[in-house]
Amino acid sequence: MFKQMMPALRATLVLAFLTGLVFPAVVTLCAQLLFPDQANGSLIRNQSGQVIGSRLIGQMFVKPEYFHGRPSAAGQGYAGEASGGTNLGPTSSKLILGSKDFVGIKQLAESYRSENLLGATDKVPVDAVTRSGSGLDPDISPANAMLQARRVSAARHLMLEQVIALVQQHIEGRQLGFIGEPRVNVLLLNLALDKIKR
Amino acid sequence: MTSAGWVQIIIYSVCLLILVKPVGLIIIQALERGKSLLLPVLGPVERACYRLIGVDSEREMVWTEYACALLAFSLVSMVFTYALLRLQGVLPLNPMGFSTSTAPAYATAMTPDLAFNTAASFTTNTNWQSYSGESTMSYLSQMLALAFHNWVSAAVGMAAGLTLVRGFARRSIRSIGNFWRDIVRTTLYILLPISFVCALFLVWQGVIQNFSPYTVVNTVEGAKQIIPQGPVASQEVIKMLGINGGGFFNANSAHPFENPTPLSNLLQLLLIFVLPAALTYTFGRMVKDTRQGWAILAAMFILFLSGVAVCYYFEGRGNPAIARQGVEMSVKSLGDSGGNMEGKEVRFGIAQSALFATVTTDASCGAVNSMHDSFTPLGGLVPLLNIELGELVFGGVGSGLYGMLVFAVLTVFIAGLMVGRTPEYVGKKIEKTDVKMAMLFVLAGSFSILIFAALASVVSLPLGCAANPPGAVFNNVGNAGPHGFSEILYAFSSATGNNGSAFAGIAANTPYYNVTLGLAMLFGRFVMMIPVLALAGVLVQKKLVPPTSGTFPTHGWVFVVLLVCVILIVGALTFFPALTLGPVVEHFLMQGGRLF
Repeated sequence: MFKQMMPALRATLVLAFLTGLVFPAVVTLCAQLLFPDQANGSLIRNQSGQVIGSRLIGQMFVKPEYFHGRPSAAGQGYAGEASGGTNLGPTSSKLILGSKDFVGIKQLAESYRSENLLGATDKVPVDAVTRSGSGLDPDISPANAMLQARRVSAARHLMLEQVIALVQQHIEGRQLGFIGEPRVNVLLLNLALDKIKR
Repeated sequence: MTSAGWVQIIIYSVCLLILVKPVGLIIIQALERGKSLLLPVLGPVERACYRLIGVDSEREMVWTEYACALLAFSLVSMVFTYALLRLQGVLPLNPMGFSTSTAPAYATAMTPDLAFNTAASFTTNTNWQSYSGESTMSYLSQMLALAFHNWVSAAVGMAAGLTLVRGFARRSIRSIGNFWRDIVRTTLYILLPISFVCALFLVWQGVIQNFSPYTVVNTVEGAKQIIPQGPVASQEVIKMLGINGGGFFNANSAHPFENPTPLSNLLQLLLIFVLPAALTYTFGRMVKDTRQGWAILAAMFILFLSGVAVCYYFEGRGNPAIARQGVEMSVKSLGDSGGNMEGKEVRFGIAQSALFATVTTDASCGAVNSMHDSFTPLGGLVPLLNIELGELVFGGVGSGLYGMLVFAVLTVFIAGLMVGRTPEYVGKKIEKTDVKMAMLFVLAGSFSILIFAALASVVSLPLGCAANPPGAVFNNVGNAGPHGFSEILYAFSSATGNNGSAFAGIAANTPYYNVTLGLAMLFGRFVMMIPVLALAGVLVQKKLVPPTSGTFPTHGWVFVVLLVCVILIVGALTFFPALTLGPVVEHFLMQGGRLF
């Protein structure tokens, strides 16, 4: 084995240089030339040019006049430096009933009903009370968005039909017609809401 | 389950099948004949590599020399990664200042045991991660210490797989190839071109690729949010193609910057399976009977589709404990946005998540686009069992094929016992040494999984001790009840199987877990790879036996079914007791409404 040590060392250096430095450098160069927007994080700016978020990264919404994303397990909610899910299993009482510093699904469902003026027996769509894998999920299901429309239109003094029409415009279908699930990007929908004249 | 979901699964399978033959041919051309369309560009690079490494690429090696080269390279490159990780604080390309005095408050320290665990993890193609990428690793560490191994550990696996194929294809000689030539050619002619094109495709879909520091934004509601940055696409692509699975970010392929759209998800799924699927054709072609390769592929497909069906069914049914809170999760009304959505992304839904979980554990990938820890008990049993069966359903680059061939050897051996005849496989007599090596391979994996998991269930350390601050090693689990045991079993299955996915609720960044998991990874990689090289070395010396009327044909359905049965029986006999204590009992308790 000692005879192979020198070639092993040299192979490590050569291949590390090639795959660990040259390849990412070339890809970065091409990516920045061809797709600069995506390569830098699909960032969204306001009129004064300040970055207010990324199209792909969900952010925290709590005000009634905005659509709300899913609950998030990333840090205190949608923390980009701490992506991740709850990693709680299906029989976890913490997940279902909550604990001192964790809001369980039972309570999430109750708050969702009261916020959105639903009856005590109305069902809540599952994505509204479960946390995503990344904690940064930018989307909600169309069913979830539709149930929030009444609250949003009331808080903004808009016609319900107007808000529902906006949600429908923002439903992204399956990609190429068959891959993935229909969804609504919460940040883009809320930005479109802000553009409507009251 | 929905028909829309099955359409996605079937289209994925068809795309994969279409790729098998062309990619299989490219592998033969590049690795056996040194031919490639890219020869004018990469030929000089290949020759320069051999000059710089200082080896004669034409010289063939016997299996012992080949194994020495493989071990030496793995050892040196592992030390290289360990050193880079420990030194990342003083090295460049560290805009967030990790491992320095200016590190942000959320940063994790790069301790010696974490660096050992990570170096072992990436060298062995496992990519188990006890850390969160975005709060621990500098960009240089990601690229040069970690992604470098994503390339070469795949090349090493491919090399080892090829030696076994040569063992069957060559006859009456001793040499099984040249290790340096195999890894250089795999890297240059197979991994590099596919990675380059697919990396740009991923960027187009939204994967980031830059060297900027993290962006701090004021959100629409006026809060502060940190948006991480980094050279992600160049790492993402080889993470999938090399079947490594180590995410740039903690959330892995669930993170929108690693896997932004359903289309990028489909590409990632194809990248995981394309090389191991194509290798079955390579095998058939090299032993001059492509039906042998298709038979292996058929067995893989049966196991793959059964896994998807079970996982998809149980994830779609969801969790009755959640439904009781007045939550709608029926896939009839919500489609694939219903079911068990805990730990899953809306853009992927249940179908793409169940498919991903099955694919990533059939192969030894371990990337995740949903959190396996939050799967329903039987939905989560599928990835766990996939790993324990030995990741031979497609499997790792090279390692999947050699795992499957080892089981093919066992299958003809068992068939031979039944009829009382010396078994043969693709024209080679299977004798005592061959079966010994095959059994060594099977037992090594089971031994490591079960013994380490058993130890972790009983080892008791004092509370607050340095080796494991939570005290008893069982206390590190993130869920009470049988699910906690599942987390431990999954951890050591994943490490031994060189998978790298996790029931991630377990707090594994303690010296006890870092060291034992690191050892399980090294054991699962090298103690299982050496018998394969030895088997190749024995087989290659045998002469070809022409088939007679008494030869058991290994290209028909009888063989395929028998092979699948042998895999399932060996797996079930070994792991069923352990699985019963974890996912199986949890399933019944969940149905009964128990919470822990």
